[in-house]
Amino acid sequence: MEKSIQEIEHHYDEMNIVCERPATLLDARMHYCPGCGHGVAHRIIMEVVDELGIQEQTVGVAPVGCSVFAYHYMNIDMQEAAHGRATAVATGIKRCYPDKYVFTYQGDGDLAAIGTAETIHSVNRGENMLIVFINNAIYGMTGGQMAPTTLINQKTSTTPYGRQQEVMGNPLKITEMLAMLPGAFYVTRQAVNTPVNVRRAKKAILNGFNWQKLNKGTCFVEIVSNCPTNWGMKPVESNKWLEENLLPFFPLGDIKVPSKEDIEHA
Amino acid sequence: MGELRLMKGNEAMAEAAIRAGMDAYFGYPITPQSEVLEYLTREAYNRTQCAILQAESEVASINMVYGAAGAGARVMTSSSSPGISLMQEGISYIAGAELPCLLVNINRGGPGLGTIQPSQGDYFQSVKGGGHGDYRLIVLAPATVQEMADFVQDGWDLADKYRNPVLILADGALGQMMEKVELREQLDRSKRPIPAWATTGKTRNREHNVITSLFIQPEEMEQVNLRLQEKYKLIEQNEIRVQEINTDDADFIIVAYGLSARIGRKVMELLRGEGHKVGLIRPITLWPYPSETIAKAAEHVKGFLSLEMNAGQMVEDVRLAVNGRCPVGHYGRMGGIIPSPEEVVDVIKDMYSKINH
Repeated sequence: MEKSIQEIEHHYDEMNIVCERPATLLDARMHYCPGCGHGVAHRIIMEVVDELGIQEQTVGVAPVGCSVFAYHYMNIDMQEAAHGRATAVATGIKRCYPDKYVFTYQGDGDLAAIGTAETIHSVNRGENMLIVFINNAIYGMTGGQMAPTTLINQKTSTTPYGRQQEVMGNPLKITEMLAMLPGAFYVTRQAVNTPVNVRRAKKAILNGFNWQKLNKGTCFVEIVSNCPTNWGMKPVESNKWLEENLLPFFPLGDIKVPSKEDIEHA
Repeated sequence: MGELRLMKGNEAMAEAAIRAGMDAYFGYPITPQSEVLEYLTREAYNRTQCAILQAESEVASINMVYGAAGAGARVMTSSSSPGISLMQEGISYIAGAELPCLLVNINRGGPGLGTIQPSQGDYFQSVKGGGHGDYRLIVLAPATVQEMADFVQDGWDLADKYRNPVLILADGALGQMMEKVELREQLDRSKRPIPAWATTGKTRNREHNVITSLFIQPEEMEQVNLRLQEKYKLIEQNEIRVQEINTDDADFIIVAYGLSARIGRKVMELLRGEGHKVGLIRPITLWPYPSETIAKAAEHVKGFLSLEMNAGQMVEDVRLAVNGRCPVGHYGRMGGIIPSPEEVVDVIKDMYSKINH
């Protein structure tokens, strides 16, 4: 039997619960490493789906990367895409169901290396979807290789002496690139390394879902995250390293925001 | 009788797709099949409000097909050889996730960029698994513009029945040639039930639906594979299609599909005119393959010729079916050349003289 809101509220009062797993997040133990940002990013997305009451209208697309099993945790209909193709898969879904809320969840290798073409063209077409881009400047699942967003001099398992610009090129600011496209409706860069940043990231995701209803283009939320395991750091250290190294190169904040006129009907 | 029209093979397929209640088409232009996308962008949305999208690549197209099929749509893509090569990763994922959809390859000459002229050089790729892993496509090989049209709806029905991708393998000549075609009635898109497994949004009364081809535990992955193999076995039992002409009294049989089968038929007529008892076996499904039909014929004929527009691909399946009981020759032209009936007649006469020695 489902509980009424009154019953749930009463239950909350009794238990003095101040924070709870949203109903849209499955009761499963996540496979992510301790301190990894994926868990927080999953949670805030699912909180938004829960709070907007759109679980029945939402379809998510998981990438290839550490978050390949996002559908083990997100209690919504989901599809697992081939590496880099999440926005193409999402396009297929959204074009058939324009009224659904469709989002992709992709890492830096998936979205900004192997999937660059799909990413750019989906945004260029202004597909009415939300793209959540988790950038931790490294390949997690395959064991810590260089990502397109790996910083110059950053050590990875395939840049053991640090990323050298002459050999490996430059870290790709794909978010800024995408913001140049007319199809991009809302482009922002957030992080999940501090409580205040988590709240800001959640607000961005809320915008990303809400504004799909406007049918005015793609919403793109980059989340700068960490990888304690492959960075070879403790979780707290990794968040400090993120602050001191990633954020100066990938500054947080909105890059393209809709005008007030654009969103007045939201 | 349905509406009769004179149409190109590519356009007949596109028209048939609209009439079969297609929900979505994703594709990328490539000669000699671009008319499919052109026809659909011109006609389809206005008539049935389905989704038609020119993607940025064949890689994107096939993954859009994956997304739409996973959401329960009746979806299709078409391309020609190099484009189909680009799609192989996606096709493997579609087969792994067991998504019904329709794929079309209007085969042109290869390898590489090759030529835009007709070829049957993609037989191996189509029936032996062009992508990675143990999977099968149901492969339909039309020989006429009528079949190009008919196999669209038939293909989708098979795809839905088995949750398996279906490939129509034709060639550039069939795509470009015009013939009379009888079109089927328009089906109502809204009347086709959306499958229960589709990702259309999790409702309260069911668990969330997940479309995936990832089963990371080997025990689970093996079970998935065993289930797929069971399905393939069932398809082999139920869905073989083959046409036999003059095989009853034949002492020699031409095996050919698609355009080659039409040449083969002419060859058969020419040789029959000279008193040779030649028959024709035309596989319509290239997978599942009509091995038994060929094996049965091998009991009473002196030889076979596999006639193909390639260097000898299907001949391997003919030889497997014949299993050494009589000689199996191959004749093929490559690079976009269509063999003439006369040159094939000479090849078969030569085989006859060797067999009779």
